[in-house]
Amino acid sequence: MKKIDNLIIAKKKFKSRLIVGTGKYKNMSDCAKAIKFSGAEIVTVAVRRVNIVDKKKPLLMDYIDPKKITYLPNTAGCFNSQEALRTLRLAREIGGWKLVKLEVLGDKKTLFPDMIETLKSTEILTREGFKVMVYCTDDPLMAKRLENSGAAAIMPLAAPIGSGLGIQNYTNIKIIRKQTKLPLIIDAGLGQASDATIAMELGCDGVLVNTAIARAKNPFQMALAFKNSVVAGRQSYLSGRIEKFLFGSPSSPKEGII
Amino acid sequence: MKKINKIKIKLNGKFIKIQDKTTLLSFIKKLKVPISKVAIELNETIVNKKLLIRTKIKKNDKIEIVHFIGGG
Repeated sequence: MKKIDNLIIAKKKFKSRLIVGTGKYKNMSDCAKAIKFSGAEIVTVAVRRVNIVDKKKPLLMDYIDPKKITYLPNTAGCFNSQEALRTLRLAREIGGWKLVKLEVLGDKKTLFPDMIETLKSTEILTREGFKVMVYCTDDPLMAKRLENSGAAAIMPLAAPIGSGLGIQNYTNIKIIRKQTKLPLIIDAGLGQASDATIAMELGCDGVLVNTAIARAKNPFQMALAFKNSVVAGRQSYLSGRIEKFLFGSPSSPKEGII
Repeated sequence: MKKINKIKIKLNGKFIKIQDKTTLLSFIKKLKVPISKVAIELNETIVNKKLLIRTKIKKNDKIEIVHFIGGG
């Protein structure tokens, strides 16, 4: 059995293959508690204006220590390359973050990524020294292009962000898995823990979950469920599943039947 | 008595009036914003934190102060 099975992104090692988002929680302390239950070592964060009027508003950094948990600045809410670049340059300025998540949306209803803008941004950010984890469609050709542009990780959606639909296109995910050695992380659209297991069994290196945990009736229990399901899926993938047969095959030997 | 001149600037999308000849550093300190946890943009250009003390705010300047919040 393989003892050390780290997730490696941009030469950095992580024990957990579950990345969680920090949005949509009731409050900051719930968010921090759920992260603990999830065992995640990477969390996505958003860049927004400081509230100048209400200074008592709790700060994310007071609840989640960036020295212990890797912050992954995200460009959520950006609809073009210019906005995304501005956001990530600001994120880097806050504290030297180079590992970032690029998400350039193209449609307000489906929240599908605009891949032309995404590709353009990936090229520029990589040239500027960023390690870019890229939210993308599950199109194998686009995934290849992102890889050629220097992406640090390919992050195709399972389904629209926050939809909870689970993986919609097994085949494309499998094809992307076959063609890339880059970390492949399912980002967006998962609804329950078993969806994460499926992603891992397809050979993904990790999953990124926000809504499914944050909006569960019990987010802490769901965080733990996702933690376990990712581990289960990874172990199942590494174990090598049996072939599928149309007919039955008895588990007990025929010899010695009374 | 010396008259204090006020200038109009835009902070995080809102117009405000501040004292003329204020440096970015003293302005941000006055806002009680923790400098180590934010990034500052002046007229859409990021300002290196070491240069805040040398940067004087001028009339009609646009300042953005951002930080990390919860997000997906």
